[in-house]
Amino acid sequence: MRFTPTAEQQQLGEMVQRFLAEQYSFEARRKILGSREGWSRELWSKLGELGLLALQVPEDHGGMAPAVVETLLTVTAMGKAMLLEPYLSSAIVGTVLVRELGSAEQRAEWLPAMAAGERIAVPAHFEPEARYDLKSVRTSGKRSGGDWLLEGRKSVVSHAPAADLLLVSARTSGGDGEPGGISLFAVPRDGQGVKLTPYSTVDGSRAADVALTSARGTLVGEEGHAFDAISTAFDLGLAAVCADAAGALQATLDATVEYTRTRKQFGVPIAKFQVLQHRMVEMLIHVEQARSMSYLAAMRAAEPPSRERRRALSAAKVVIGNACRFVGQQAVQLHGGMGVTDETAISHLFRRLTALELTLGDTAHHLERFVAASTAEGT
Amino acid sequence: MDLAFTPEELAFRDEVRAFLEASLPAATRRKVLEGHEVSREETRQWQRILFERGWGGPNWPREFGGTGWDPVRQSIFEEESAAAGAPRLLPFGLKMVGPVIMRFGNAAQQKRFLPRILSGEDWWAQGYSEPGSGSDLASLKTRAERKGDRYLVNGQKTWITLAQHADWIFCLVRTDPAAKQQAGISFLLVDMRTPGVTVRPIMLLDGSHEVNEVWFEDVEVPAENLVGEENRGWTYAKFLLGHERTNIAGVGASKRELARLKRIASQERKNGRPLLEDPAFAVALAQVEIDLMALEITNLRVISAEAERRAPGPEASLLKIKGTEIQQAISDLMMHAVGPYALPFRREQAEGAGPDYAAPLAATYLNLRKTSIYGGSNEIQKNIIAQTLLGL
Repeated sequence: MRFTPTAEQQQLGEMVQRFLAEQYSFEARRKILGSREGWSRELWSKLGELGLLALQVPEDHGGMAPAVVETLLTVTAMGKAMLLEPYLSSAIVGTVLVRELGSAEQRAEWLPAMAAGERIAVPAHFEPEARYDLKSVRTSGKRSGGDWLLEGRKSVVSHAPAADLLLVSARTSGGDGEPGGISLFAVPRDGQGVKLTPYSTVDGSRAADVALTSARGTLVGEEGHAFDAISTAFDLGLAAVCADAAGALQATLDATVEYTRTRKQFGVPIAKFQVLQHRMVEMLIHVEQARSMSYLAAMRAAEPPSRERRRALSAAKVVIGNACRFVGQQAVQLHGGMGVTDETAISHLFRRLTALELTLGDTAHHLERFVAASTAEGT
Repeated sequence: MDLAFTPEELAFRDEVRAFLEASLPAATRRKVLEGHEVSREETRQWQRILFERGWGGPNWPREFGGTGWDPVRQSIFEEESAAAGAPRLLPFGLKMVGPVIMRFGNAAQQKRFLPRILSGEDWWAQGYSEPGSGSDLASLKTRAERKGDRYLVNGQKTWITLAQHADWIFCLVRTDPAAKQQAGISFLLVDMRTPGVTVRPIMLLDGSHEVNEVWFEDVEVPAENLVGEENRGWTYAKFLLGHERTNIAGVGASKRELARLKRIASQERKNGRPLLEDPAFAVALAQVEIDLMALEITNLRVISAEAERRAPGPEASLLKIKGTEIQQAISDLMMHAVGPYALPFRREQAEGAGPDYAAPLAATYLNLRKTSIYGGSNEIQKNIIAQTLLGL
C-alpha cells in the first residue's frame, strides 16, 4: 500500500500544473469563456502536443492507457484551473468508447487523431426522460441498407458543439431500461438529420441537446452489445469527475483561506474569528475526504465491471457531491459580497462545483445506486 | 500509487487473523461483538495472551519488547483485532505512558515499568483533567512540592477512566506555581496504593461506572518517580498526545459496529419488510457507510505518509473528528433501528423486553457522546487544524 506517485507520475502532474498556471490563468480562462466557441482550440492542440490527450489511448495507437495515476493527477490539475475544454467528454469517455468498441479500422482512424487534438468525439448517451439512468435508452437505431438510421433525442450532451463526431447510443433491440440491445453509433456532428440546440451550462462550458431525425450512423462495436463498454466509459468518466472536483475543491479552499487572511474587519483579518476558522476546518475535512475518494474512484474504475466497482464509484460521487455543495456554498459565504460577484474566481469555482455535483449523477442518484449495489438484487 | 496491501502485508494480515481465530477467548469475543462491557479480568487476560505471543506491544519498538511493526502493520493488527471482536487494548500504558517512559524516562524507570505494561501486570490510568482544567489543561492546579527525596502531592483529578482498576496513575502536576502556566508542570508516576489517594466513582448517563475522581491528600511520591526533568512535563504531555492519536480513526471498530447495525436491521421489520430495505433507513445507513469508506482511505493516506517519514501530525485531528462522528452516527442508527425497544433501559432490569440485541443500544448511544469530548474535544481539534494545516 502506497499513496505516493512514482517520480515520473509526479513530474507529469507538476508539468500539467505548471503548464496550466502559465496558460490558463483566471483572466485567460475568462477570455475563453467569453469567446463564441467557449473553448480554446489552440490550448487543445497544446494538450495534444504534451501527450495529455493520449492518456486513455492504448499503447498500440501511441497512447498510455490505462494511465490510472497519470489521469488522476492530470485531471485534478485541470480541475484546479477549471478547464473548459472537452477533456472529460473526448479525451476520457469518447476515447474509452472508441478504444473499447471500435473496429481495428475505426480505432486506427480515430484514436491517433483524437490523441493529437485533431478530432473530438463525445458521447451522446443520456436522454430527456432518463435522468442519470445509464440503461434507459429510447433512441432507436434501424438498419437501412448498409447504414443505420437513428431517431430520438439526447439531452445535455457535453461539448457537442465542439465535437466532430457524436458517439450516439441507440436501442437496436430490447425494451427501455434493458442493458441488452443497446448499440453505439458514430454520427458526424454536422450530418443530415442531426440538430443541435447549443447552450452554456452552469459553469460556462458548452453543451447541446441533440435531436436525431433519420440521422445516419456507423455502427461502433457489436450490435446490441455496447452497454458494458458504455458503463466502463462512464465509470472512468465518473472517476475523472471526482478527480476534477478534488482539484476544484482544493482551489476553492485555498482561495477562501487566502481571502480570509487578507480581508480585514473590526481591525483584524477575518481569519482570526473562530467561527470562520472552524467553518474552514469543516471545508478542509470535506476536501480531504473527497481527495481520498478520488483515489479510490480512479483505482476501481480501471478494474473490470463488478458490483464492487459500482459501489466504490457511487460512494466516491456521494462524498464528492456532498463536498462540492458544502465547500462551494461556504466559500461564497466566507467571501461575503465578493463571493456573489462575477469578477472573483470564487464565484466561478462555485459554479464549477455546482456543475460537477450534477454531472454523471447527483448525490441522491448515487446514494440510491450505492444502496442497490449493496443489496443482493442490485444489478 | 496503490491502495492494495503488498503480498507481505496480506500474509501478515492472514497471520493476525489466524491468531485471533485461535486465541481470542470466545466469551470475550461474543461480548465485544454484541456491544457489552468487557471486564477487567478479560481485558488483562487478552493483554496476557498477546504478550505470550510476543505481540504485547504492537506499537512498541523491539528494544523495549515491542513488535517493531511499521505503521501499516500496526494498523492492520488494530483493524483485524477490532473486526474479530478483540477487546480494545488499554491505551494508557501502551500508547500513553509507555512511549513517554521510553523517550524521556531513565533506564531504571524503563526497566521497572515497561515490562509490566507489556505483560498486563500493571494497569495504568491517566491523570490529566481537573475540575477547572479540561480543554484548558495547562491551567491545572494539582500541586507537587519537592520535600527532600519525595514530592508531596495535593489536588484533584477527574474523568479518570477505569481508575477503579488502576495500579498506577501518571499525572501532570504543578511543581512551579510561579512559572508561566505550561512551564511549571511536571510528569509524575504515582502508585495508586499510596496513602492519601482516594478514588470516587462518577456515574455516567448510561448508568456505567467508567470514570472517576481521584483525590490526592498529602500523597508522598518518591522523587525517582519523576519522568524526565522537573517543569518539563508539558513537553512530554504533548509528545504523548501524538502517540495517543495513532489509530484514532477507529476504522476497524466502526466497520464491526456497522456490520452489527446491518445484522440488527435485517432482523428488524418495518411495513412487513426487513428494516434494511426501508428506503429512508437504507439511505441513512448508506451515507454513514460511505463516510466510513472515505475515512478508511484518509486513514491509510495518513499511515502511509507516517510510514514514509513522520510522526503523527495534525491530520490526526481530522481523523479524530471524523472517526468519532461516524461512531456516534452508527450508534444513533443502531438505537433507532430497534424502535420502541430502545426505550427499556439497563439490561439487568429489562431482561426479556424485546430482542436481546436491543438491550445495550440506548446505553451505547448515550455513552458514545463522550467520544467527541475526550482526547481533546472536537472543537479543540478544529483549533489545532486551523492553526497548523490552515496556517491561521
